[in-house]
Amino acid sequence: MSLLNICQLGIRYGDVVAVDDLSFAIDSGESVGLVGESGSGKTQTALAILGLLPATAEISGSIKFAGEEFVGADDRAFDKLRATRVSIVFQDPTQALNPYLRIGEQLRRILIAHNIAAGAEADARVIETLESVGLPDPKRQSGAYPHQLSGGMRQRAMIASALITSPDLLIADEPTTALDVTVQAQILELLDTIRKDTALLLITHDLGVVAGHCDRMLVLENGGLVESGATRQVFGTPKCAHTVSLLEAAPRLKQSIAPQPVSGKALLRVDGASVSYREPGYGRLHAVKSVDLALRKGETVAIVGESGSGKSSLVRALLGLVAAESGAVSFLGETLPRDARSRRQQIRRELQLIFQDPAGSLNPQMRVSDIVVEPLSVHEPSLDRRACRERVIRILEQVDLGAEFLQRYPHELSGGQAQRVAIARALIVEPKVLICDEAVAALDGTVREQILKLLQDIQGRTGLSILFISHDLGVVSSISHRVLVMYLGRLVECADGQTVFGSPKHPYTRALIDAVPVPDPEAGIAHTSLSGEVPSILSPPTGCAFHPRCAYAESRCTTELPAPTAIGATTVCCHRATEIDLQA
Amino acid sequence: MSAVLRLYRRIRRNRAVNVSGGILAAIAVLAVLLPLVSQNNYLETDFGRILEAPGLADMHWFGTDDLGRDLFVRTMMGIRVTLLVAIVASIVSLVIGVLYGAFAGYVGGRVDAVMMRFVDALYAMPFIFFVILLMVVFERNFLLIFVAIGAINWLDMARIVRGQTLSLREREFVEAARLNGVSTARIILRHIAPNLMGVVIVYVTLTIPQAILVESFLSFLGLGIQEPQTSLGALVNAGVNQMESAPWMLLIPGGLLALILMCFNFLGDGLRDLFDARQNR
Repeated sequence: MSLLNICQLGIRYGDVVAVDDLSFAIDSGESVGLVGESGSGKTQTALAILGLLPATAEISGSIKFAGEEFVGADDRAFDKLRATRVSIVFQDPTQALNPYLRIGEQLRRILIAHNIAAGAEADARVIETLESVGLPDPKRQSGAYPHQLSGGMRQRAMIASALITSPDLLIADEPTTALDVTVQAQILELLDTIRKDTALLLITHDLGVVAGHCDRMLVLENGGLVESGATRQVFGTPKCAHTVSLLEAAPRLKQSIAPQPVSGKALLRVDGASVSYREPGYGRLHAVKSVDLALRKGETVAIVGESGSGKSSLVRALLGLVAAESGAVSFLGETLPRDARSRRQQIRRELQLIFQDPAGSLNPQMRVSDIVVEPLSVHEPSLDRRACRERVIRILEQVDLGAEFLQRYPHELSGGQAQRVAIARALIVEPKVLICDEAVAALDGTVREQILKLLQDIQGRTGLSILFISHDLGVVSSISHRVLVMYLGRLVECADGQTVFGSPKHPYTRALIDAVPVPDPEAGIAHTSLSGEVPSILSPPTGCAFHPRCAYAESRCTTELPAPTAIGATTVCCHRATEIDLQA
Repeated sequence: MSAVLRLYRRIRRNRAVNVSGGILAAIAVLAVLLPLVSQNNYLETDFGRILEAPGLADMHWFGTDDLGRDLFVRTMMGIRVTLLVAIVASIVSLVIGVLYGAFAGYVGGRVDAVMMRFVDALYAMPFIFFVILLMVVFERNFLLIFVAIGAINWLDMARIVRGQTLSLREREFVEAARLNGVSTARIILRHIAPNLMGVVIVYVTLTIPQAILVESFLSFLGLGIQEPQTSLGALVNAGVNQMESAPWMLLIPGGLLALILMCFNFLGDGLRDLFDARQNR
């Protein structure tokens, strides 16, 4: 008999169908991946299993856990279910953990609330569980508040709180989406190792995650199951068109299709830029330390790094949103003032920006037509209304949106449509440089592919130069002519796309490449060559900032800052770059 | 044209705005017109018929007060004064508070610090002392009540608006506008102010009742409306003294005051929905 048996599950909110006729089963000890894009009903299904849906949801069908029916069950039945049998790990541990309770206390309360253990026994079990999820020094860490832990450690604590009741089924709802890539790999490995006989329902939009970590997988589309089967089988011979498109959209390192390098004079240059902020109580926080950058016409340069690498600060300094401490930004040979306010309008026009969150970058109280026309009315105030309207319609067509979008408000757009509007707003004044700050990070896989393709098309047509900021190497690999890898405010490696992905020279680059989950079950689990997390930028390690996490570090690395050296087409900052072999 | 039509349709659809706005409009119109029909006026005393209960005789529909004055005409007059005070004082606090707060919040830094310390300094001033000072300098004047109430209320408004602006300023759509060199005035008017609407409208509907109460308090102290002129607050005060012998003197103006305050609250709720683009489908 299956542990969990879901039969013809339906969830609706009034007329809106969230999940429709969904049936699947999970055996004990099995790991099952539930895959789909946002809005496909993945999370709704998880909440239904746990009895956490809002009262407005109408549930039909059957959810049987170990033979017991839970559709229509009362709160007490669910309490018992949640107490010992099913646990959940949410996406964002920052929100899932109570900021006012110490980690140990939160775990202890779970044991006490469910009458599992009390007193010294509970304390011992808390420490034991924290140790099992790889929290270093669990005795001390159990006294820490959530904000005192790093993102990865918080997610470990969250997993500990789910596993402390020894559940039969662990539901992990996008457990790594809010984490850095190198930490994501660690958490996924952890989930594999500590489960033992706990079954796992892994909810994710990332096929790479499923490929390495699930026996079976289910593909959802618009609330319905479109494909299910063994992971290998689904990846090898997908039956459904939706699965095929998901597989195609999955980020993978496409070394072979990385575009050819572009030659020519640099359009935009950054020389030795440093950015620092005053942090009360800490002195100065050095976010960017003497970074050089050059962008040519028609070229896409990617800046890659985890949180705290300084990539966003670099962009803000480049745009003049924060004043660089030192260094120079020049555009077409003209050195730009550090503060955006003292830059000429023409310069502002030539450098346009797209943000990460498509919804947040559009004014919710303005219509699409007003949003898109605004830069035009600043830079070409002489245009009359008709001409403006024509330009807006033309640019919307270029981003594949019709005139019917003119009167819409941002909340009436999907994420992909909103990002297209943001691109239209940036491109309507025909800039030479487009800066994309994590511009596709918030989008679903297939939509992300569409946006990337759109940017490439526009680049091909107009010779636009793109500076692409991302934490995800998989995303940048298909579009970048050159790639810069940043770590704790410094460039560590810089080369053309093919070289970076084909033969990385810096151990950190290698680790980033390894950390991208491969959407191929045959490839096996990529081993994380990286332990620990990005150190706080407030107190960066001495010498090479990467040495505490580096498998190749030697004594020189702890004291001496490596200078940039050229090896073939690559510029790399590593003492041992010539000695070590990082080929996979 | 189509924009006006759409706004009209949206107003028609919004029940809270329709009903409460309708009641308030009706009250205001009746308060102006009905006294013209009545044979009585607000200051004529008739000691032969003091504290007369409501009835149809001699058009004393709401009865008379302890000086034998017609309560109906006085109540209508009170409504006029009360609505006027409330609306004018709220508009004063709305305009000053929103512009001051949005400017301080958006510009930020030292300008913000100086502007907000000025607000703090005004907060520290005792209100009554301030009003007495005004009375001494400008002599007793109906307009002074507006000035006094507005001058107090805009402080709260400015603080609330500034706080909201501080968080709006960091939003990406504001940054996008700033990057393109959109002027500060335009950013405040086009990007900041419309997104403040929800909070501001709710707060205005809270200041209207507050202004009405402050006015009646001032009148009670003898600093506000002077007899024989009156307001709903003053009438309620008078009614409290005669509560046992003539309960209608309290209940009629009190009930109307409550109705007006309630309508303003519903109106505020409805307007907030109306001004929020996210709400109209």
